[in-house]
Amino acid sequence: MSVFRKNKTQGVKVDTQWSIAMRRFRRDKLAMAGVFIFFFILIFAIVQTQIDPNGWSTLSLDFARPPSWHHPFGTTTVGLDLFSGCLKGALQDLIVALVVSTMSMVIGTTVGAVAGYFGGKLDAILMRFVDLLLVVPLLTILIVMANLFAGKSNGPLFIALLIGSLSWTYIARLVRAEFMALRERAFVEASVALGAGNWRIITRHLIPNAIGIIVVNTTLTVSGAILLESTLSYLGLGIVPPAVSLGMLVQEGQGAATTSPWEFLFPAGLLLLIVLCVFAIGDGLQAAFDPRNARRKKSA
Amino acid sequence: MLKYVLRRLLSSLIVLWVATVGVFLMVVYSGDPLFALKMNPTTPPKTILIREHQLFLDRPVTWRYWHWFTGVLHGNLGLDMTNSPVKPQLFMHMGVTLRMVVLAFVLAVVIAVSLGVLAALKRGGIIDRSITFATFFFLAVPVFVTGLFLKLYIAIPLDKFFGHEVLATSGEISPVATGNFWQRIPGLAAHMTLPTITLILAIFSSWTIYQRSTILETMNMDHVMLARSKGISPRRVLLRHILRNALIPVTTVIALDFAGLLGGAVITETVYSWNGLGRWFLQGANNQDLNITLAYLLFTAVLVILFNLLADIAYGLLDPRIRYR
Repeated sequence: MSVFRKNKTQGVKVDTQWSIAMRRFRRDKLAMAGVFIFFFILIFAIVQTQIDPNGWSTLSLDFARPPSWHHPFGTTTVGLDLFSGCLKGALQDLIVALVVSTMSMVIGTTVGAVAGYFGGKLDAILMRFVDLLLVVPLLTILIVMANLFAGKSNGPLFIALLIGSLSWTYIARLVRAEFMALRERAFVEASVALGAGNWRIITRHLIPNAIGIIVVNTTLTVSGAILLESTLSYLGLGIVPPAVSLGMLVQEGQGAATTSPWEFLFPAGLLLLIVLCVFAIGDGLQAAFDPRNARRKKSA
Repeated sequence: MLKYVLRRLLSSLIVLWVATVGVFLMVVYSGDPLFALKMNPTTPPKTILIREHQLFLDRPVTWRYWHWFTGVLHGNLGLDMTNSPVKPQLFMHMGVTLRMVVLAFVLAVVIAVSLGVLAALKRGGIIDRSITFATFFFLAVPVFVTGLFLKLYIAIPLDKFFGHEVLATSGEISPVATGNFWQRIPGLAAHMTLPTITLILAIFSSWTIYQRSTILETMNMDHVMLARSKGISPRRVLLRHILRNALIPVTTVIALDFAGLLGGAVITETVYSWNGLGRWFLQGANNQDLNITLAYLLFTAVLVILFNLLADIAYGLLDPRIRYR
């Protein structure tokens, strides 16, 4: 897709919306800090789980030891190394978030695009369906579904698919609104006049113009998915052993929080840090894609 | 106006009816209430058949839906798995939950609006930065982490320090509470403080951020500039010309967020072991108790649709530019 790289037209570099936004994004210090910390945690978690794949399942005789050189995050009441647990849990959370946000982006953009571009009966049906999903709070639906499937197939992927299949409605609404505004613009009319088909107009003209909204809200879906998944895991309905997630670690650590506070504080803190990084990235992207910031050096 | 309200009410009722069908199908098709019974090898097959018959599991789904739906219309929410009626349970737990939710809702609105206005007026300054940081921070903390942190690192040390329970950490009321209503108030307050604060911290953030941005948007409008240049006092400009306009979109956002508040209440009740609707629902869903799960989902659906309706009507009342056809 042409928006994602600089067009080289007869040797002249042309600024695309994407390249302008990325240049602005790179100047945003907070957002870049978010990117660095986020990828640092991600890569560190991948490397750690590769080097020491059994770190979280090896029992030791060090029960509830405070953080030390050997156990940077301390050990749990049953003698597990919390450092490996936290990183494994973080990686699990990030994988879930990745699946959820990809699903939300694809389904949300497709539904929103179809509803907003074609309008009419199709739009009415799709949007009533979206409204219906919003009538009962998402967490409540997830509790019912996760509970009633409990014990059968609660793998991490199952939870990810469950959250992903329900959390695309927000993106769909925004993309629909954007498409309804865009399809009336002159450049769409010009494309129609030049003989472009619906598919070409949607993929070549409308989606590139709505890319800011899609990217920003996909980022927000990442943080939303992490929060939802950890909440479900805290309730014991999300990720279940032998898999591990940060919400589960917080739940296990709460009982020992006054005698060995690291069992609660490290997983909770890591969870908070990851979500804050995603927020910083999302905020930076929002400012970078906002055309009103075009001539300002620093984002407001 | 009246015609609009009536039409909007009618469409709300249709949405509610469709929601009952959706909710019923979701609950019925995603679990087996007799799972535990069937897993037990000592259960005689006849018991299972009898239970199936009692719970109408041997009937077609359409019949079961109609049975449940007509029951609801008559104000009968059915029996739970232990054969006790669901409706009194719903109302009992509702009283507990609303105690926390209503107070948290009102306080959160007041806090969010004032912080949003303050941040917008002091834009770019240290106050604005601290408020913005705090809102993003609390937006990022999961509700259960806030709740657990307050409980484990504020309430428990405080109680230890004073030697008696200053802030209660478990239950909505002390099990040994005695005396009349007035004598119970201190105990109730001790039990309510932390859950209410937790719930406020869970919801005020997004409203504050939204309030701040609507105020900033309104401040740059032409009519505000005109009001200022006419020499109207800054206070009056703020109250009459900025706030009055900036509060309109916030009202709708707040009303629509009520659903999120109920979700937050489920977590808060779990952390503080309140016998509210949220925990009742969690246990009901866990035991695959269909009528309890359905009653809770029906309750949230009714509330969410009601608040959507109120948001629409409030929008019209607050904004005279909107005309109903």
